[in-house]
Amino acid sequence: MSMNNQGRPSGSGEAFPASIATISGDRGLDHEEGLIFELGHGATGVDLPDVQISESRLGGARRSGAIGLPGLSEPEVIRHYVRLSRKNYAIDSGLYPLGSCTMKHNPRLNEKMARLPGFGDLHPLAPQSTTQGALEAISQLMNWLTTLTGMPAVAMSPKAGAHGELCGLLAIRTAIQARGEDRKRILVPESAHGTNPATAAFAGFTVDEVPALSNGRVDAEALKAKLGPDVAAIMLTNPNTCGLFEGEIVDIAKAVHEAGAYFYCDGANFNAIAGKVRPGDLGIDAMHINLHKTFSTPHGGGGPGAGPVVLSDRLAAYAPIPLLVADKNGFRLIEDAADAPKGAKPFGRMCAFHGQMGMFTRALTYMLSHGRDGVRQASEDAVLSANYILASLKDVMSAPFGDGPCMHEALFDDSFLDGTGVTTLDFAKAMIDEGYHPMTMYFPLVVHGAMLIEPTESESKHSLDRFIHVLRTLATEAREKKTERFAGAPHLAPRRRLDETAAARKPVLRWKPDPLKAAAE
Amino acid sequence: MSEVRYTDQHEWIRLDGDEATVGITKYAAEALGDVVFVELPASGKAVSAGGEAAVVESVKAASDIYAPAGGTVTSANSALEAAPSKVNEDPEGEGWFFKLKLSNKDEFAKLMDAAAYAKFLESL
Amino acid sequence: MRYLPLTPDDRRAMLAKIGAADVDALFRDVPKSAVVPVSVFDLPDTQGELAVDRAMSKLAAKNVAASAAPFFCGAGAYKHHVPSAVDHLIQRSEFLTSYTPYQPEIAQGTLQYLFEFQTQVALLTGMEVANASLYDGSTATAEAVLMAQRITKRGKAILSGGLHPHYAETVETVAGLFGPVERTPVTPGSAEDIITLIDDQTACVVVQSPDVFGLIRNLRPIAEAAHAKGALLIAVVTEIVSLGLLEPPGAQGADIVAAEGQSIGNGLNFGGPYVGLFATREKFLRQMPGRLCGETVDAEGRRGFVLTLSTREQHIRREKATSNICTNSGLCTLAFTIHLSLLGEDGLTRLARLNHAKACALADRLAALPGVELVTNAFFNELTVKLPKPAGPIVDALAAKGVIAGVPASRLMKGQDKLLILAATETNTDEDFDALVAALKEAI
Repeated sequence: MSMNNQGRPSGSGEAFPASIATISGDRGLDHEEGLIFELGHGATGVDLPDVQISESRLGGARRSGAIGLPGLSEPEVIRHYVRLSRKNYAIDSGLYPLGSCTMKHNPRLNEKMARLPGFGDLHPLAPQSTTQGALEAISQLMNWLTTLTGMPAVAMSPKAGAHGELCGLLAIRTAIQARGEDRKRILVPESAHGTNPATAAFAGFTVDEVPALSNGRVDAEALKAKLGPDVAAIMLTNPNTCGLFEGEIVDIAKAVHEAGAYFYCDGANFNAIAGKVRPGDLGIDAMHINLHKTFSTPHGGGGPGAGPVVLSDRLAAYAPIPLLVADKNGFRLIEDAADAPKGAKPFGRMCAFHGQMGMFTRALTYMLSHGRDGVRQASEDAVLSANYILASLKDVMSAPFGDGPCMHEALFDDSFLDGTGVTTLDFAKAMIDEGYHPMTMYFPLVVHGAMLIEPTESESKHSLDRFIHVLRTLATEAREKKTERFAGAPHLAPRRRLDETAAARKPVLRWKPDPLKAAAE
Repeated sequence: MSEVRYTDQHEWIRLDGDEATVGITKYAAEALGDVVFVELPASGKAVSAGGEAAVVESVKAASDIYAPAGGTVTSANSALEAAPSKVNEDPEGEGWFFKLKLSNKDEFAKLMDAAAYAKFLESL
Repeated sequence: MRYLPLTPDDRRAMLAKIGAADVDALFRDVPKSAVVPVSVFDLPDTQGELAVDRAMSKLAAKNVAASAAPFFCGAGAYKHHVPSAVDHLIQRSEFLTSYTPYQPEIAQGTLQYLFEFQTQVALLTGMEVANASLYDGSTATAEAVLMAQRITKRGKAILSGGLHPHYAETVETVAGLFGPVERTPVTPGSAEDIITLIDDQTACVVVQSPDVFGLIRNLRPIAEAAHAKGALLIAVVTEIVSLGLLEPPGAQGADIVAAEGQSIGNGLNFGGPYVGLFATREKFLRQMPGRLCGETVDAEGRRGFVLTLSTREQHIRREKATSNICTNSGLCTLAFTIHLSLLGEDGLTRLARLNHAKACALADRLAALPGVELVTNAFFNELTVKLPKPAGPIVDALAAKGVIAGVPASRLMKGQDKLLILAATETNTDEDFDALVAALKEAI
């Protein structure tokens, strides 16, 4: 037999106390990492020739001082950002139940397709004869969006959901002006995303809030009572932010149209009904589609998004430039309102160029992969999974709007925590220690201590069951007043709770060189 | 002698002769959480009863402060700009927001007194 | 379907737990008539990865990529070399598939790079503070005008004729609701007289430098004149690499800088996604749109970062927010930050000098062509020439020969048909110049 004669210990050793301070400050795979500005100067991560230039063609505008950037080699830069990446939670590493945000799987084929040189390395103002494939891709995506929504037209340039809302409201504004009317009021339910009232104000309207009913739906009677000759539009999210379908939507649309107003639908939750219900059949005049939600373009830590807006016949003429047209010579972009085809009366321009092409190629890839049947299945699975969570948790947590069914997200309030001393925030932060991203908290505003869970269609039953087990146990412990887990959670994340009050009272928004150190150098 | 009155929006107003001082109640300061910023009205600004006069912000909320009664702003508590925490520490004292010259003292008289406000809080 | 983990057995078991007969029972709140069969949609069914890859690649192959030809387009989007490390790092799952960092304990990676990004933008522009990005340069410019209208409580905005026309149209569309937006006449190759238009109703003057024709503008006198009337100067930069060589707007008195950051870290992407840079003076901080990341400490006293001053934003302030923006350019800011970190002080200044040297070479080659007149005499990496014939058809003719000669001004505005706007960057070679000059000579 061979002996362990190197003296190498074979056991796992004594447990290393978690509280012990390490010499480096790092803890195993969890590295503390300084700011890029603190790491080094003088090196560079790119090799470029040191070309000397004359100043004769700079108009006397040459920079007089240094910029103040650091200087690091490629390995240093890579290590820095890899270390930072490890401090982030991500869908790829775990269930991400953020209600209203739709953290679904991001297929990697989409990334590959967006990077094909014919798409990724294409200039927006390159001669149109050299961009026919890109215009065709946009046209295909437009066909998917109008077909799935049952709407006749779509404006592609808005760069995110809120930008799409703005596009829709500007189309509505222009349509009202074209009728020679002046309508200034927009009705917004109190459960709406914050972007809805913000957009209405941004587009020069005043906001009038519509209350919610105790069943989580908008008060349709109150809404109808508010309609009048000064109402420009209503903005309604459907399915709404409580995760419920507004069943009276067709009636509401009828009343809105009879009052001469328009129906804007916030399409943030289109992912619950895509491939099954067409918003065009419900009487909607405009709806943005968050490609980063429903059609899986990655959230990327907060962006970029894309927010194409589908438009009804009543609004289609006012779509902003650029417009995409096709004829026997191929596809063509109309980039100047003066060149618009007969009948088109564009209200203006949302941004330079033609929208978020990089998101279009990803979304189109997603659609081609899923197909109409896969899109429908994804919506059904998202709704099924949310209802499974609701059914599995409603006895230990508190569902404010009864037993369901819900749509693609399950909403709970904090009444199950009454008297426990545990808040929604504590409950959510304790989930971090369990390896989960918290659900959306304190939104929608119509529910006290709201917890909004959106599992999406991307979770297996095994994953859902494990999540349910953790939440059930947390809820049970909280109700039994076993609160150690909750107080001050999270305990096991790269950072404990951060002092947001200090950050807001004395804002430090950028790195600055240490004046003492700079003087010493 | 000064008199204090309260609104259902949780402002207090104290009248000393012609001049009234306005702030938010202890209840409101606790509900807001740590105050991080205040926006104060300029002297000379005319405000009407129930009109927006100032803004108070915590990390997660921003609230308008309404003038409990109409009048003209005579001064604002600029110490709050550097030390908004005074609103939490002493909301009904050093954490005052602005002073007003009232245009109609009847508006003041109609507001809740301390007992009525205490009762109002119980009803919430 | 390969992206959907639930099996038919799972679905049955889940429906049983819910107590629903089938999945349609879960849609019972939807009016029956509104639920349509899948056959209603005239669209294809599920396809495997190989088939989708083929279909998309076929579309991509119909385009001429910038790197596949001698290429000279600019006018707001620029072809630069992006180091391989950038794309590798931004595709890390932890960056790519995370949400807005609302839970700072598990989002320090995103928050720290946003803090680094804000610092880099402030340093480059010479401003005191920068936000965590807006959609792109054009929407950032529109937001800047709205911010100036809020700060000055005035309506009027004066836009330089040298401002990219798409930017000007974007501003008019949004800010035009709150006051008159006036454009000065277009003066290719020279500065218009914008100063005499500034009056005490003016909220802001918007000047792009280098302008849409590539001309470098002197912002100082405009800033002084604006400030004398209580108006703000908004400086617009569409080619951010220029600030590696040129005096930053902050040093010239700009109050707000709105810029396009695409040139650093981001590909051309046929117009988006790009990254809007937005910087201003500290005293205007609370009127700023967009997310801000700030430094703080955690419960154990360790440095950490959080989103801060959120009360300006739509999710808290709703109809009183400074902007309706929610989603920003997250991953594009990361690409910007990584590329700029790789460049560093030395790399960026070298890159900027190299770009200028290429543009000088291009200017010399074009000016030597008979009938071609150099319109822009002070430039960074982009310039305008006047051709003896309309530029649009010439660009199309050259494209057919495999040379992408630049952007005809007629693509952006009326009445400047003979002007051609060309950019030269570090990606252009002498062979590119030879091909351009030879083809152009023949076409004119």
